[in-house]
Parts: sequence; structure tokens; C-alpha cells
Amino acid sequence: MQLEDLLPPILLTLSLAGVTMLVLIVIGVPIAWGLARWRWAGREAVATVIALPLVLPPTVLGFYLLLLLGPSGPGGALAGLWGARTLAFSFTGLVIGSVIYSMPFMVQPVRNAFEAMGARPLEVAATLRAGPWDRFFTVALPLARAGIVSGAVLSFAHTVGEFGVVLMIGGNIPGKTKVLSLAMYDYVEGLDWAAAHVLAGGMVVFSFVVIASTMLLERRLRRSVV
Amino acid sequence: MSGLVARFAGRRGSFVLDAAFEAPAGAVTALFGPSGAGKTSLLRGVAGLERFEGECRLGDDIWQDATYFRPVHRRAIGYVFQEASLFPHLSVAENLRYGQRRSPVRRAIDFDAIVGLLGLAGLLERWPQHLSGGERQRVALGRALLSQPQLLLLDEPMSALDGAARAELYPYLEALGGTLALPMLLVTHDVGEVERLADRLVAVRDGKIVGSGPLNDMLVGDALGLRRERSAAAVLKGRIVGYDAADALTEVDLSGRRLLVPGQLGPPGEPVRIRVAAGDVSLAVSPPSATTIINILPAVIDAIEPITAAEALVTLRLGSETALARVTQHSVRLLGLASGQSVFAQVKGASVLTGPDRRK
Repeated sequence: MQLEDLLPPILLTLSLAGVTMLVLIVIGVPIAWGLARWRWAGREAVATVIALPLVLPPTVLGFYLLLLLGPSGPGGALAGLWGARTLAFSFTGLVIGSVIYSMPFMVQPVRNAFEAMGARPLEVAATLRAGPWDRFFTVALPLARAGIVSGAVLSFAHTVGEFGVVLMIGGNIPGKTKVLSLAMYDYVEGLDWAAAHVLAGGMVVFSFVVIASTMLLERRLRRSVV
Repeated sequence: MSGLVARFAGRRGSFVLDAAFEAPAGAVTALFGPSGAGKTSLLRGVAGLERFEGECRLGDDIWQDATYFRPVHRRAIGYVFQEASLFPHLSVAENLRYGQRRSPVRRAIDFDAIVGLLGLAGLLERWPQHLSGGERQRVALGRALLSQPQLLLLDEPMSALDGAARAELYPYLEALGGTLALPMLLVTHDVGEVERLADRLVAVRDGKIVGSGPLNDMLVGDALGLRRERSAAAVLKGRIVGYDAADALTEVDLSGRRLLVPGQLGPPGEPVRIRVAAGDVSLAVSPPSATTIINILPAVIDAIEPITAAEALVTLRLGSETALARVTQHSVRLLGLASGQSVFAQVKGASVLTGPDRRK
């Protein structure tokens, strides 16, 4: 086992999870807002589609994503714009897949937070001359911060742990799309138990720390809000 | 400053709203009625939180008409909700400044003045979740006022408070009217609150206005039937004449009549509102001599109406004011009371309740 062999998958995994989390904050919070606060036809249908990755086998999701992102899908056409042949087997493809795969973990807690605060704080802000955007940024977001923090941490952690989707659309290319869980699988396949132990043990510790600190942080944020 | 004129019509499920009312400047107008009558809906309509068909304007400033609807955040209102609804993520001072910072008008209502008026100086650095119910409602009131409103809307501001917190909040609400020339619209189902705070009363029932007018006219008149209730009372305008320290009695001028009230109420010349309960007034045809009742006011009987098998309600003219007396029908017969007759109204001293009055 070479320690420097372990590093690329770890770094790749962390940057994939980080980028995915940022993308999900930017698009997941507005989606959660739309699901929580606006009444529109098809709202629950959209919520169901977003929740699908919770139930679907990751390989199913990966299969469809592969078709979508591949050379003959819309992703391939999109990639053609900057001269690439496909979005599959690339970091961008991994991010797109991870965003979809982890979206319920972001949207659900944030939607719950927006629903829990009710209409009253926003009405109060409106009577105090705050316009719609002002109300969103100065009242809704701060009051939903516990939900946003737990959504961000969960989507980050969930991306770190994904396997099936990245295998299908990433193709396990070393240094490019070979993330931690795939490297781990390869080590076990190759009977490199020592390396597998390092990665597996590291993941157990990582998961423990993430979950424990999220719970503590959430409790603190909730206490200061209620 | 100018008054509010509003007319709303609309339907929410099986509830039908169809009401027109006004709230003049410099006065507290109470939207009064039982729960579910539509009072809060009307208040929300004025604020723009709910959209009904109709019109709404403050003076010349049109907020809603057939073609136009101004969103809530562009209306110069201050709104106090039933529960204080302070922003939990902001300190008291930040809550107070939230509306002030966003107001297009600059500091007509000053931060320090509001902090002084509402007694908030000791609370500024605290967090909403560490305040008592009464304190929270005071902060909510201050926050609404600092947004520099031209109309103050109060939605049952006391209903979430217990008796002690109510008693604590009353003086602040009473002080507001004297300090600010704003029109105020107060939603309440509580006659006691109306008697202490309102100058005018708009009675709401089943989504409609069933009567409106100056406070005492509505209390003693027959539009609402309030005078037939056990707790019926008149609320009269008085003015403090002086204080007798030896007897600990304050002398109040009531339409040219002299009334003595226990305790020191305020400086001479200050207006006060005097609550005279119908059950605490008795009548005599000649001036009684040996009695413990110190307030004996000349009055003229306006009307006598039976209200139970045993009792009658007598409407009395006290100069320009009107009061009620609940007496037995037996006494009416015995004394030969009739309308137009001059009598002496004996008001039990203890029944005279007071609060500062800002009615002009």
C-alpha cells in the first residue's frame, strides 16, 4: 500500500462532495422555498421526483444519467459546445449525478424548516416595509438556518458515500472519476486489505464526526431560534 | 394626518364579508365583535395581508381600489399581531430597528422616544425568547411604531396575555393615543378593552358592520344591546379639577357636575375617562341627605325600559353626557319615575373607574 495512492481518490471525493454541496445550496434552497411556500399544480409531483433517489437503486439512476449525459444524449450535445464528446466519465458529469442523487437530502430538511416557520414572520416583515427579496434574505433564511446547515452536511456526507451512481456515470477512471468508495472496492478486489482498512476505518470515523457534529450544531441553532 | 376609509367585500369558504368603515385621525377606533365575526379579516384587508374586493385609502393616499392593490410593504402601517411575533434571530434592539431602517420616512417617531415611552431601555440587549409576554408585546408595539406608520393596526394585542401582563400593557397603549396623532384601529372582542382604549366603536357581526359611532353612544344606545347586559356601563369624559390630600379624593368635572374619585389620578386639567356601571347607579327624587354615597349628580330621565321581570334600565342625561341606571321596576312604580323627570343619580364611589382619556 502506498499512502500517496490513497490521496487522489480522497481529494477527488472531497472536492466532488464540496462542489455538490455548494450547487445544492444554490439550487436546493429556492426549490425547497417553492415547495414550501407556493401553492401550484404539480407541486407534490415535483417533490416526488426529487425524492426518487431515496428509493431507486443508484445503478438505475446512474443508468439513466449515463444515457442523458452520454454522447447521444442532451448532455453530449451540451458538451459539444466546448468541444468535448460527452459529459459522462468527467468531473462535471459526476457533479450532475451527485446533485440529483443527493438533492432530497438538501431539499427535505430545508423545506421542513420553511414550513415550520409558517407565514407569520414573513407577514410581520412585510408590515415592517420589507419587500419579497428582503423578507427572504433577512427573515426566511436566518430562521431556516438549522435546516440549511443539516441539509448541507447531509448532502455532503451522502455524496462522499455514493457508489453506484459514480460507478455508472464516472467509469472509475483513476485520478479523474475514481472516488473513494470505488478505490475501496478496487482494493478489496485486489486483496489489498491494509489499504481497504485505512479507507474503511477513515470513513467510519468521518461519518461519526459528521453526524455527531450536525446534531450538536442543529440543536444549538434551534435553541437560539425557538 | 388623515383618517382611514375602507370597504371590503369577499368570500372565504362559507364566510361572507361585506363591510365599510372609517377610522378618523387622532382616535382609537375599535373593531368590536365576537370571535369569527371577521374583525381580523378586515384588519388584514386594511394591511394588504389579505386581498378582498373593495377600496381602502388613508386620506388621499389610495391603497386599494377597483384596479389597484398596493402590496403590504408599501403601505405606511404599523401592525401588532395577537402574539408578539418578534424575530427570534434578532435582539430586541435589532427587532426595533428592523422597520425603522426600511421606512422611507426619516425618524418622525424617534428611537429613544419610543424606548422611553414603552419602557424598553432595560430590554434592548436581550433576546425575544427571554422576555415575558407583556414585554414582548411592548417590543412589538415599539417595532411597529418605529416603522413610522401613518396608521396603527392592533389585532387583539392583549388576548395572548394573562391578567397581570394586560394590566402592565394598558398604560402604554393608553399613553400612545395622547402622544401620537395616528389613527388607530383596534380589533377586540373584550368590552373592558373597548371601555379603556377606544374612542369610537365599529361593531362587526357575521362579516357585516352592525353599528358604529362614538364610544359612549354605542355603550348606552340600543344599536348593539350592550346596555342590556349585566356588565353594562357608560364611559364618560371628565376633567381633573384637583386633589384633596386629606380625604385622598380626586375631584373630577363631569359635564359641569362634581364627582369625587378615590386616589390621586393626575394633575388638574387632565382629561380622564370615568366608567359608571349601570348597576352602581341608584336614583332619588329629592336630594338624599344621610348617605355614605358621596357622588350625587343631578340628572334628567331620558327613557325607562324594562329589561327583566324585576328590573328596568333608566337612561339618564347628565348635562351633555348619557349614563345608565339599573333599578327595580318596583322602585320605578313607587317613586313614579317617568321620562323628562329630574332626579338625583347616586353613584357609588367605588364604582368609578378611571383611566387617562385622550378624547378631545
